[in-house]
Amino acid sequence: MSKELDLGSWVNDVVQHLLENYSGAFDSLGSVVSGFSEGIEALLMLPPAWLLIALFVGLGLWRIGARFAAFTAVSFVLIVLTGFWEQTVVTLGLTFSATLISLLLGIPLGIWSARSERVAMITRPILDFMQTMPAFVYLIPAAMLFGLGRVPGIIATVIFAMPPAVRLTNLGIRQVNKEIVEAGQSFGCNSRQLLFKVQLPNAMPSIMAGVNQTIMMALSMVIIASMVGAGGLGNDVLASIQRLDIGLGFESGMAVVLLAIILDRITESFGTTRQVTHKTTWYSWVSAKLKFQRQ
Amino acid sequence: MQSGKIVVENLYKVFGPHEQEAITLLKQGWSKDKILAERGAVIGVSDVSFSVEEGEIFVLMGLSGSGKSTLIRLINRLIEPSAGDVFIDGQNVAKLPHSQLIDLRRRDMSMVFQSFALMPSRTVQDNAAFGLEVAGVGRKEREQRAMAVLKQVGLDTFAHKFPHELSGGMQQRVGLARALAVNPSMIIMDEAFSALDPLKRREMQDVLLELQKTHRRTIIFVSHDIEEAMRIGNRIGIMEGGKLIQVGTPQELVDNPASSYVRNFFETVNTSRYLTAGQLKADSVPLYVHNGKAPDALKVCQDLQALDKHYAFVVDEEKRFRGSISLERLALLVDNGRTCALEANLLKQIAPLTEDQPLDQIIERLVDNEGPMPVVDSQGFYAGAISKGRLLTRLQEE
Repeated sequence: MSKELDLGSWVNDVVQHLLENYSGAFDSLGSVVSGFSEGIEALLMLPPAWLLIALFVGLGLWRIGARFAAFTAVSFVLIVLTGFWEQTVVTLGLTFSATLISLLLGIPLGIWSARSERVAMITRPILDFMQTMPAFVYLIPAAMLFGLGRVPGIIATVIFAMPPAVRLTNLGIRQVNKEIVEAGQSFGCNSRQLLFKVQLPNAMPSIMAGVNQTIMMALSMVIIASMVGAGGLGNDVLASIQRLDIGLGFESGMAVVLLAIILDRITESFGTTRQVTHKTTWYSWVSAKLKFQRQ
Repeated sequence: MQSGKIVVENLYKVFGPHEQEAITLLKQGWSKDKILAERGAVIGVSDVSFSVEEGEIFVLMGLSGSGKSTLIRLINRLIEPSAGDVFIDGQNVAKLPHSQLIDLRRRDMSMVFQSFALMPSRTVQDNAAFGLEVAGVGRKEREQRAMAVLKQVGLDTFAHKFPHELSGGMQQRVGLARALAVNPSMIIMDEAFSALDPLKRREMQDVLLELQKTHRRTIIFVSHDIEEAMRIGNRIGIMEGGKLIQVGTPQELVDNPASSYVRNFFETVNTSRYLTAGQLKADSVPLYVHNGKAPDALKVCQDLQALDKHYAFVVDEEKRFRGSISLERLALLVDNGRTCALEANLLKQIAPLTEDQPLDQIIERLVDNEGPMPVVDSQGFYAGAISKGRLLTRLQEE
């Protein structure tokens, strides 16, 4: 294959240049990310399996209902029995840390681009690029800059999973009813009050949809990131491919699917129910259930 | 400078490029359409001046796109004016620094919206307290004040519901409560009742009028409903193509519309409701003057028979109304064999209508009285008569 234009070698040069001149900065960024995600993983490992499972089942019962809670319980028990619990928790930890970093960067960026046409114009093509570039491709520079292990995995995941958080925050704020924004202004909101009292609360369903998508994309990318040694369920998936082990592939794949369904339904419930029903705080819900029991 | 609570002077709003150039061209007499075609600028509001008195309900009317919604947003500066001044209590809002503008909005003005614009995730009470919360009023005090205004609009029992649990009319009561909670001296209402069905709309108009009775506020009310404008407006301003083309009381606009555009607004309305005795009066009743000497009964009787009339009125030499007499009564007087002078004691005494009395009062008097009703002008001089037949003919004409 002859090339007239060798874009690839330029990119190589850029990465090489970064590596030679800024490796210190990347190292310290890497150790922050690593420390953060190890902390989250340790937190998830702290309680025994049954307590973590009970937590998810309780969450499912509160947000969705008894049937979903039962599904959650059965799924997790299945994962424990097939011997994938530990890897599942590692994957969960990676997903959470990548998601948190994505949201920490993505939501403020989304707010900024909702408030400034120029920022929106600049971020848009970058987000398109981040989202459409095949996910594997990020792994190469990430691994070169941060070495192998969980850090390049999380960095690549953040890049892949952040766009929906930015986009849907931006969209949500822009779509807030014009008269509601005017109401905020006409009652004397300054720009900070307008953001926190009017725009963000009214953009919440859209922002939560962004959070949901970010989690789902993070989960799928975390599996792929096992190629650079991120660990978790992805390792088993990768191993099953390398060994053509259909059984292992099915078991580990199923664990991923079940985890995905549970995370999706629970985060989705936070986006959709907020605007249509009463504010159900967990304690009001519990007290209502207890009253019902007593009668 | 004119005086008034709100004074708007030579206000312009141009959307798009070349704002100042467009205004210069407007002043040179270019039309709105020409400026749009050649400069790409849309004229929202063009050279509008008017004033609103303290405690007045001023209704802005116009077809959609006539600039009425833009005009009110220039007054509280949700939209930045391109040129001109807006004085509220003598303070020029158009040139106010942003921090003072925010202060003014928190303290002394509020707004009610067509789509209600309530925050869906806040309870009714928290919505009503919104302005107070923004102004930094403590939780306890703002909740108390929110409850007080909710009580005024009859929604105190719904304080802990969410907006979506309420009907449209009730939601707009919350919108009104939110506007009242900050206790402003002026409220801007943008088609506030237009989204409601006719019954609810009337009900809300009553709520507003009732509130005005207890605490008069200056209100600018945008509407496209002429019935609503005439019902609640002390004065009405009519807008066309960004210009304010006529301002006046409902009666003045009905009587002297400035153009066919203004007249068209009133065409759909049953303006007969706004007819007065002055407009209905006619010289339909034969008139006799008691100039020291009473009119002769036989002559009056013969006259009435000849004219085919049933009543005659008598006035004194100053044209003050003295009384009325029917043909039947005259016939009895003449039948006694001799003629007599129609002295005051033979006449039927009626309290005359005054020229400015409205239709409902005229009808009431005509029902109570057998014959036609005399009408006097503001000085008490006889001006004409209204008979039942005359009234029905006029109503049919309208």
